[in-house]
Order: sequence, then structure tokens, then C-alpha cells
Amino acid sequence: MTDTAWIDAALTSARPQAVGALLRYFRNLDTAEEAFQNACLRALKSWPQNGPPRDPAAWLIMVGRNVAIDEVRRNRKQQPLPEDDQAISDLDDAEDEIAERLDGSHYRDDILRLLFICCHKDLPATQQIALALRIVSGLTVKQIARAFLVSEAAMEQRITRAKARVADAKVPFETPGAIERSERLASVAAMIYLIFNEGYSASGDTAEIRSPLCEEAIRLARLLLRLFQSEPEIMGLTALLLLQHARAAARFDAGGQVILLDDQDRSLWNQALIAEGLALIDKAMRHRNSGPYQVQAAIAALHARAETPEDTDWTQIDLLYGALELMQPSPVVTLNRAVAVSKVRGPGAALEMIEPLAPRLSNYFHYFGVRGAFLMQLGRNDEARVAFDRAIALANTTAEAAHIRMHIDRLMRDSQPRDVKAK
Amino acid sequence: MLYAILCYHDEDFVGSWSKEHDADVMQKLSVVQEQLAKQGRLGPVARLLPTTAATTLRKDDPPLVLDGPFAETKEQLLGFYIVDCKNLDEVLDVARDLGKANPGGTYEIRPVGVFHPGGAKP
Repeated sequence: MTDTAWIDAALTSARPQAVGALLRYFRNLDTAEEAFQNACLRALKSWPQNGPPRDPAAWLIMVGRNVAIDEVRRNRKQQPLPEDDQAISDLDDAEDEIAERLDGSHYRDDILRLLFICCHKDLPATQQIALALRIVSGLTVKQIARAFLVSEAAMEQRITRAKARVADAKVPFETPGAIERSERLASVAAMIYLIFNEGYSASGDTAEIRSPLCEEAIRLARLLLRLFQSEPEIMGLTALLLLQHARAAARFDAGGQVILLDDQDRSLWNQALIAEGLALIDKAMRHRNSGPYQVQAAIAALHARAETPEDTDWTQIDLLYGALELMQPSPVVTLNRAVAVSKVRGPGAALEMIEPLAPRLSNYFHYFGVRGAFLMQLGRNDEARVAFDRAIALANTTAEAAHIRMHIDRLMRDSQPRDVKAK
Repeated sequence: MLYAILCYHDEDFVGSWSKEHDADVMQKLSVVQEQLAKQGRLGPVARLLPTTAATTLRKDDPPLVLDGPFAETKEQLLGFYIVDCKNLDEVLDVARDLGKANPGGTYEIRPVGVFHPGGAKP
């Protein structure tokens, strides 16, 4: 590793714990962030000479705290600061003590609190994600703006606004009780899933730029799971993200077009991520305490386990979507279930299942894409054409539209011979 | 004599590597491994999945199953090599070479007592 690369990795991995602890100490996000920045600057000066400290997070917390306190004192008394080196050498003795305390349960709640602040319910989803990526992950505004495909200035403004809103909100700093902790955990899990989706729902031409969002979401999920090792839903969430991200290399063709699961080159799936995801879902199932993330991960696991599309256990997937419908009733879940139903009981049964969804999904691209596909399988090509046209009108990305056009082309090809005969 | 080289490192830290950096480290390590393999001195090599994927079974009666790794420590067991070396000096040289390819963390070198190569294939 080059001289600074190991420092970068150490600062990145220590960040959630250090900023979380500094936030508990200062009770102000800006002060905590600034203290962490200052500590990083000192680390860049001190670590190359002295080597990495035994516990980088404890070092950063200690230095960040001292620098901030010195600053307050200096402002108050206008007194000169002690020399840098002296301030840092004092730390070595103190490091042991603080490291001891950090090993306790404190830092678990520190990191959870930091994540929880970012998913404040008054913040729109995009602001939650941006804030978490900035504060917890430490991505630069430029990096975040790039992933969101907006200008740096716009992202800067979005983050500033989110911070201001969070600053006004009172987040309790005392150690949370069991119920509150599990509520926080659920909000944070939802936010991590949002971060992932922001990257995952990218179209082919932006997938490369946005995939760091998926990777960051996985890193945060693993972090959360390490803090709460026995939470089956956090295992499920992590497994779900790993299993979905495992397919990243196979999801788009060279032209940026979506490749559906059935048509993907499964040799491109990342087997290490799949192995980790399957291990986690196995662990989660042992708890016999199911939840939406676990069920979705179990569905993803069935896809991951199938060596060819024909090996897919659609009966089991149908059952799992049925369970998910009970936990999280939603027309989108039913729509997904219908795809499994079409494989098990045929397109007729599937079409019947999605008919009642029409009023609620009348502006949903995928509804008309799926409906068109069922109609096409039933040979009702004219109706399929109508559904596909509607889907194109509702497409969010050019890749989505192009994908539907491909279906239409197939319809045209299939129907051509008949046209010729008619003439 | 067979030695196990047990690789310990801060998992969070390794998890913060970029994809490119991870691939670069793996590439450098494979150069060292190939050399050992050519000399017929390389046994099984494993890189373990994160400790979040770990489960612990305490051999109480009845056995107790726990989520997570056996011990919560600053550095975690992330993988191992089995190598055939004449003596400690030689295995330390191998560990130094591996350490040059992948700095940071700790190698614990343990002579192997009983060894069954086994036949399990991934």
C-alpha cells in the first residue's frame, strides 16, 4: 500500500465510530464533524512518522476532542496553544483508558445514533441518503453529487439543508432502551436499503457511476450487523444486498440495455458475494423470527442457487412472495408474485392476479411491462401491444423504454407472417 | 515441516479497501503463492468470509449456538496458508514476503501437528 492509502483506509473505517463518539460528546453534528476533520489532519501529520496507533478510532476521538476543547479555550482566553507534538504525545497514556471504554457497549449506540440522525423522519429519502453518505461514510460532496448525477453545488445545498433540519430536531443522547433501539435499527435498515436502491436502480449507462452506492450500502449493512450480531432482519438485509449486488456484472449488456434475470449470463455472478449472502440467510433462518428483509433475501437466494433459469424453484418463490404480501401488503409485491405465478400456474392465472391492481398501478411502468408480457405469452398480441405502449410512455429511463421496445419488436416479428397471409 | 500462517487484521479496515486495491493485493499475494507452489511448498490457502457470516458453537451440553465469531477482538482471523518449510527462519521469510505483498495486520505462525489434506473441493 502506498504511504497514504493505508491512512485513508484507516480513517474511513474509523469514521463511524469516531464521529459517533464525538457527537455524543459535543451533541452537535457540525462540531463533531469538524473535530473529526481536525483529528484526521493531525493523523496525516503524525501517523506516517509514528506508524498507525493501536486503535485508530480511539486516537481520533481523543485528538478530535482535545483539539476542539483547546479551540474553545483559546477563543475564550486568547491563550497560545501548546505545541502540536506535545498535545499528541500526551495522548499515548490516555489512549489505553479510552480504548477500554470504547470496547464496551457505548460505541454500538454511538454508531446507531449517528445513522439514526441521518434517517430523521422529516427528511425526504434523497436527503437522508445524502446525509448518511456524507456524515457516516465520509464520501466527499463531489463523490455524492456524481453518484446522484447532480451538480456539486446542488448536492452541497441539499446536504446543508438536511443538516440544518437535523440540528433543529432533538435527538436524545442518553443510551436508548430496548424498544427504542430496535425502532432505530429498523429506520436505519430502511435507510441503508434506500442507499442500495439508489445505486441498484441505475440504468445501464449510469450503473458504473452509481455502483459505489451499492458497495457503501453493503459496507454499512455489514457494520450494522457486526454491532447487532443476533438480529435476523439485519442478517436478512445484508444478505439481500449481497445477493442482489452479486448480479451487477450481468445486469446490463454492452449497450447499457437491461438484461432480465432469465437471460443473464450466470457465470458473471459474483460467487463470493453469493456465498456470503447464502451464509447469512442460513444464519437468519435459524432464529425462526421472519421479517420482510429475510423473505426478500430468501427469494434472492433461490435465484442465486439456480444454476440455470429452469432450475429456479418458482413454487417456493410464489410461497415466499405470499408471505411477504402478508407482512407488507403492497400492489408491487403482488405484481412480483404474479411473475412467479406465471411460471408455476401459467400466464392466465398470473394475469387474473394482477387485474385488480390496475387502479393502483395505473402509472407504474413495471405493471404494464409485466402485463404486456403475460398477454404476449397468452398470444393476445394486440392487447399486449397496448400495454407495452403504455409502459414506454411511463418508462423512467431510456434503458427501460428500450427494453420494452425489444418486446414490441418481438411481437411485430411474430405477427408479421399472419399479416402477409392476410394480404 | 508444515506450518500454518494465520492471517489476522482489522476486518473493518480491510473492508474499507477499494475494489481495485483489494484486487491489487490479491494479485501481489498470488505472485508469492505461485513461487511457493512451484517449489511444492504450498498447501491449502483460504480467505475467510467476514466474521458477520460466522457462527460459534460452544460445546456445552447441550451445545450452544451463537451468532458471530468466537472472540470479539480488534483483529480478526481472516484467512490462512499452510506451507512446507524446513524451519522457523524459512517460514518467517515466507511470511515476510507475504507481508510485503499485503502490509498491515499480523501473521501468527503455528507449526502443524496433525494434517489431513482431505478431499473437499469448492
